[in-house]
Parts: sequence; structure tokens; C-alpha cells
Amino acid sequence: MKDHTLKLKLKVWRQASSKTLGRFVEYEASEVSTHSSFLEMIDQVNEGLIKKGEEPITFDHDCREGICGSCGFMINGEAHGPLKGTTVCQLHMRNFKDGETLTIEPWRAQAFPIIKDLMVDRSAFDRIIAKGGYISVDTGNAPDANSLPVPKPDADDAFMSAACIACGACVASCKNASAMLFVSAKVNHLSLLPQGGVERPERVHSMVAQMDAEGFGACTSTGSCSASCPKEISLSNIAKLNRELLFSALTRRQAPSGDGV
Amino acid sequence: MTKLNGQVPSGSIEEIWNNHKFNLKLVNPANKRKHSVIVVGTGLAGASAAASLGELGYQVKAFCVHESPRRAHSVAAQGGINAAKNYKNDGDSVHRLFYDTVKGGDFRAREANVHRLAEISTTIIDQCVAQGVPFAREYGGLLANRSFGGAQVSRTFYARGQTGQQLLLGAYSSMMRQVEKKQVELLTRREMLDLVVIDGKARGIVVRNLLTGALESHVADAVVLATGGYSNVFFLSTNAMACAVTATWRAYKRGAFFANPCFTQIHPTCIPVSGELQSKLTLMSESLRNDGRVWVPKAKGDKRQASQIPDSERDYFLERIYPSFGNLAPRDVASRQAKFRIDEGHGVGPTGLAVYLDFRDAISRVGKKAIAEKYGNLFEMYEKITGENPYEMPMRIFPAPHYTMGGLWVDYNLMSTLPGLFVAGEANFSDHGANRLGASALMQGLADGYFVLPYTLGNYIAQKAKDNVTIDHPKFKEAEQNIRLQIQTMMKIKGSRTVDSIHKELGRIMWEYCGMSRSEQGLQKALKQIPELREKFWNDVQIPGSENDVNTELEKAGRVADFIELGELMCQDALERNESCGGHFREEYQTPDNEALRNDQNFCHVAAWEFKGEKEKAQRHIEDLNFENVKLASRSYK
Repeated sequence: MKDHTLKLKLKVWRQASSKTLGRFVEYEASEVSTHSSFLEMIDQVNEGLIKKGEEPITFDHDCREGICGSCGFMINGEAHGPLKGTTVCQLHMRNFKDGETLTIEPWRAQAFPIIKDLMVDRSAFDRIIAKGGYISVDTGNAPDANSLPVPKPDADDAFMSAACIACGACVASCKNASAMLFVSAKVNHLSLLPQGGVERPERVHSMVAQMDAEGFGACTSTGSCSASCPKEISLSNIAKLNRELLFSALTRRQAPSGDGV
Repeated sequence: MTKLNGQVPSGSIEEIWNNHKFNLKLVNPANKRKHSVIVVGTGLAGASAAASLGELGYQVKAFCVHESPRRAHSVAAQGGINAAKNYKNDGDSVHRLFYDTVKGGDFRAREANVHRLAEISTTIIDQCVAQGVPFAREYGGLLANRSFGGAQVSRTFYARGQTGQQLLLGAYSSMMRQVEKKQVELLTRREMLDLVVIDGKARGIVVRNLLTGALESHVADAVVLATGGYSNVFFLSTNAMACAVTATWRAYKRGAFFANPCFTQIHPTCIPVSGELQSKLTLMSESLRNDGRVWVPKAKGDKRQASQIPDSERDYFLERIYPSFGNLAPRDVASRQAKFRIDEGHGVGPTGLAVYLDFRDAISRVGKKAIAEKYGNLFEMYEKITGENPYEMPMRIFPAPHYTMGGLWVDYNLMSTLPGLFVAGEANFSDHGANRLGASALMQGLADGYFVLPYTLGNYIAQKAKDNVTIDHPKFKEAEQNIRLQIQTMMKIKGSRTVDSIHKELGRIMWEYCGMSRSEQGLQKALKQIPELREKFWNDVQIPGSENDVNTELEKAGRVADFIELGELMCQDALERNESCGGHFREEYQTPDNEALRNDQNFCHVAAWEFKGEKEKAQRHIEDLNFENVKLASRSYK
């Protein structure tokens, strides 16, 4: 691939903390290599800011290979930018044109308060998982791994749902800031496996209740969540979640004391 | 110099762990809740330890630097996890996994630890399947396997190219279940900056709250460090950006010995560097070598496109040199051979710093669809980064720092030289010797956390006298004060160098002189340059912003300061180990056909370094290694 450089105009959301007002600040990014990733382009802008003694643009990031789920912000109104099935750390500058203006802003959702600049608090996701996003099995209790065959199509489907990286793009892209895609992916991953069957009615009930308590909005099936998902988690997860909820309402028994659920 | 004792119980190797588990002291269930344990790090080792200890009833506090424990870098492991299940009926056994791992580590690991790891491996798979980890399956519904380097059996379990992610989510969700039950208290966005030692025992940590900058003290009966490896000393590595040596380094400075720091793994198949501004390197899983063939053009400087070069003009060098293991030669060996070819002028691509990994033959044998099914996400990732389609042209790959076998010294119970300080996963040194085999890191992390620490840590707590130490103890105040001072000193420098620019300079020194090959002359040079760089850092670094706020530059600066010190110790360790073994290749010690030449007479031991003071030279201690079950022999994959 040919290497050439770009000059870009950036409009970046800067906000010192959740208690202060934010605003867009303009920066120029020049000599940007088309081989750089989007985050490396921001690194480059930050190097310039630091040398001037100014605070760099703060953003979450870690693995930079699209799997940890730390990074993510809106580029020109699109979560993780224009390329389908890609996190911003894997988005390379060859996808942009010389002279473009890019507007960069954090995920915006009531349940994801802004911490600083592009960094938001997504701990609501952890609290939802804590309410039942697991199979309750203590260490040391397991039978031989091959004692329970799982049909390959079920195992593959479970894997596709389990591929979610909890980046929050689905919430940020949704006009209602709904977390249904995130929750449904975990519910389906576990419901599809025989090991997860015992806790099915409780799991979906508790996780959805926590999702509501966190302040995420309702789902109106626009599909923007799945369209913006870097792992391309299917919208059909949400349909299945609704069936699981119905099934739960019909079959859930009040446990005298819950095991985490 | 003193001789360290690994505290391995006597007995036949097959029986040691079982007997030891019986001999370990227990804490009765009602008393467990009166004891507290700190676990630092929430990757595979940390999350599995926190979950398991919480289930047992201890009061656990789990710390991570990330916003969520699920972001830990174990998440990025691609290829798989080994286990001696022998589901393939291809001759695998606990003994064979043990043998392969000892040999793969070039006879520099402790036999008893490796055997225990091989024994536990099968239980890990059972545990993970019960948790709902969606491993790859065959059409009959049973688990699928593939092969990894350094093995002639198929014992690797996998979930496409996302095995680490799926295993981590299993451990993470088990831990979150304990968080919900209030057995585990989760403290995220906290960075451990000191270990507190009281009366010779590890009793707590001081962390910085990365959101507010506040320093917080935490006391416990025991501390577990599961904070990963230190490949980021090279700046460019496959590690995540936040991977650091800080937690283990600061424990080292409080008296825990650091073992074999020069044992680092350079992984052969990474996407080559494309430019000066690159921030990290991306691995292409070793599993690709099941079907991909590694080659370079026979002619030096051949600039033709890969497809234009006929087979007769290609050198499939791994298949040529190692006919019995072929493309699945272990990582250290494969990386070194790639380096030799590139040094000789056979490198490919625009920089000449790459070799080919070619799927042409596999695609014509089994079809594009079958290859996509196995490696689809890896191929996509490659295309995203390079803009090239690996179905049509071979991947270009180059070795890159990936894993560190060295780490804090631990005995058979995974306890460091400081009583009460346990170290798990990549952060310890114990199981992989001088080279780790593929798909064994996930196995070790989970073995330590799920199945070793719950026993050995209980044994320590059962024997520990109860006391009333709290965070009001002067040692906590002193530690906080030291950190505050260090942070203020760094903030006040206001020099001209960014943290990254200094880190990159360190990386270049380490890669050049302490990377894939090392020499006395080069290491001496590095030992002169690193202290100079340390001076530059402490006189000229620029950290904007405030220490009482989110300040990512300040976080990085603390980590880089530690990396600089570690780099010096790595070079010192490499210099004093006058032999080649595994990933440690000293140019002076090689066989006529360029293989690593060990010196078992003088170096069949672990080197464990003791911190003696800021300006003092660290002291080298040793632990002798005895090979009673695997014959000490020169390692051959031919």
C-alpha cells in the first residue's frame, strides 16, 4: 500500500470533568500517515499539545487491536467512524481524505456520564453483568468437558453473541440510548448453551431490571445498534431477548434466596 | 549470593501436587470470612483467583487500572489454550504436555511446577465449559482441537481467534458473581504504586485513584499480584498500552526477588512496523502456522511480487531446517530463523523487514471457505491494518516482543521471597523457563488462579498469626508520602521531552541490544545508555495537567520510569547469563548451525535479583534446577 500524508481539521469535544461544561475545540492534524490508525493520529496531535504544555485529549484505549472494548467515540456522528465492523483503534487513516474536517465527540448517554473529554463511565455494563451474566458454577464443580455435547450450530451462535466487547457503541448510536443489544447478546450467549439453561428465567429478568435501573432507554427496533457494532452483533439477539423475557414471565419461580440473581 | 529453595515437596513427580494438597493447612469455612486478600490485576490469573477465593469465603478486594476488569490484556490472546485431554487419541498425556513444556522452555523451568500445570490443564477446560465458554466444536457436538508450536499433538482448545476474550469473560463473569454476593469488592481505575511490608510480611498496597488522583491505602492478610508481563519495555510490542511492570517492580523494590528478567519472548508472526508513529504491534496468531507456510525468496533482494516467484525459487526455511516440526517450530526458534533470513538480505516488503506467511497451498487444498471458518477474523484484522488481502497475497510478518517468561520469583506455592506476597500468571517466572510454548499462557494464568492459589494461599493464612494492623500503621503513611513526593517531583520537571519520546528511545536501546540477539559488547553499550536516559527522564520530561485529576501522561510517566530501571536489570541479567537458551540468544554462544548453545555446567539455574538500593547494583541469587524426569538434552526440532 502506498504511504502518503493527510492534513485534517479536527473538532474535538473537550470537557474537564463531569461537573464542568464542555465545548468543541479545533485542532489541525498535519503530516498524518495513511498507515496510522485513528488513535495514532490523535497521539500525534497530543504530542504537539504536550510539547506546548497543554493537556492532551483524554480518551480510553488499551489493546489497540479491536478486542478490549476500551476505545470508542463518535466521528462525524458515527460510532467508531465510517468503517463497518471496526473499532476506532483499527480504523486506519487511509479511509479518510486529505482536507477533511472530522468532528469527534464522546458517547452520549445518561447511563454513560462523561469523565473527561472523550472518556466516559461505562461501569453500568459491569453492574448489569453482576446481576446474572454468568452460569453459577463454583471452581472445581465441573464435569468432564465432553460429557455434554452441544450442537455445533448452537455453539457457533453462542460464540457470535459472546463476541460482544462492551464498547458501548450500541448505546451511543441508539436515539433512546438503549442497552438492549449488549444485554441480549449476553443473555443469548448463555441461553443457547445447555449449561446456561437452569438459570434462564432468572437471568433475563434480573439483567433487564438492572438495565432499566441504570437509566438506559427502551428499544424501538431502529437497528442502529447492530449497524454500528464493531463486532457486528446481530439484531436478532434483541428479538430473542424479548422471547426470553416472555418465557421468564411465564416460568420464573420466586427463589427463596437468590444465588446472585 | 544465596541459594534459593523452591520448596518443592519430595516424592515422585506424579504424586507431589496431590500429596502437597493434602498436607497444606486449611482454614475452616467460618474463619475464612475473617481473612482478607488483595488481588491486583483482573486478567485471567487475577480474575480467576479473585472469583475462586471469593467463592471459598475470603473477603477479597480486586484492583484493576482499567474502567472494567474485562478490559485486561488477557482479552487479546487469540489462538488457544493447551490441555492434555487426549480427545484426539493422538498420543497426548499429562506427561507429554509436561515434557513438551520443559523442553520448550529449554530446560530453565522448575520441573515440579510444570508437571502440576500439565495435571491441572484438563480441569481448566472442564471449568471453562461449565461456565459457558463457547469453545469451537465438531459437528458431533464435542470439542475441537488444533496444533500449536513445539508440539506434535493437537491439544489446543480454541474459540476462533478470540480464545483469550472468551476465557477472560468466563473468569470475569465468575468474579462479577462474587461482586454481587459481596465476597469481592471491585476497585477499578486504581493503579498499584507501592507494596506495604510490615514485620517482613506483605500487608497491603497503596493505589492511585486514576479518576481523582487520590492515594488510597488497603490492608489485607495476603496480597496477590497478577499484573502481567513487561514486554512494553520495548515500547513497540503486542502488549496493550497500559501493560506495565510497575506493580511487580515496586514489589521488587520492597524486597521480592525478580527472576530471569532477560527471558523475553519475541513472537515470530506479527504485522511488520509501518512507520515512526506506530504505537503498538499486532500479533497474527500462531495457529495460522497450522496452515500457513513461512518463506522468503531464495535470491537476495528479490523485489518481484510473491505470486511471481515460482516454488523452486522460494525457501520454505522452517520446513527445510526443521523437517519434523516444520512451520510449527517453537517461537524462539522460528523468530531467530526469520531474523537470520532478513539479516542475510532475503527480507520482503517495502522495508525488507518481513518474511511471508502464505496460505496459497492451504486454500487450494481445503478451499477458501474452510480457511475463512478457521481464521476469518485474523484475516480481516490483517487486511484492516495493512490494506492487503491475505486470501490473495501472502501475509508479511515480522517478529515482535510478546511475552515475558521472567517475573517475580515464586516458590512452589507461588509465594515470592516476601511472605504473604503471591504472584500469579505472567507476572511470576515459574513455568515457562526460557521460552513459552504457544497456548500455554492462558493455561498457566487460569491454573494459578483457579486451582493453585486457592490451596496455597489458604495454607499461608492458616498459619499466619492474627493481628490488628490497619491502614493507620505508619508504614502505610510512609508509602503514601513517598509516592506523593515522587509524583510531585515528576510534575515539577516541566522539561521538553514527552513521556512517549523517552519510552521510544528506551525501546530502541532494548530492541537493539537486548532483543532477539544479545552480545557482551551490545549489552555493555546498553548499560551505559540506559542510565543516561534515566537522567534525561528525571531532568527533562514534560507532564502537563494536574496530579489531582485524570492525567494519562502522569500515569505513563510512572510506568516509563519503572521500565527504564527494569531495562537496566534485564541487560545486567542477560550479560551475566553466559549461555544461550530459549529466547535468550547470546551471539557468543551458538552451535555451528546457529542454534542456541546452553551451558548446563554453569547456568542450569534461575537467576533471582535482589534490590539493594537506588544507586546500588542488584545482587544475583540463584535457584538450582534439577532435571530428574526429563533428560537434560540439547533441544532439537529437526
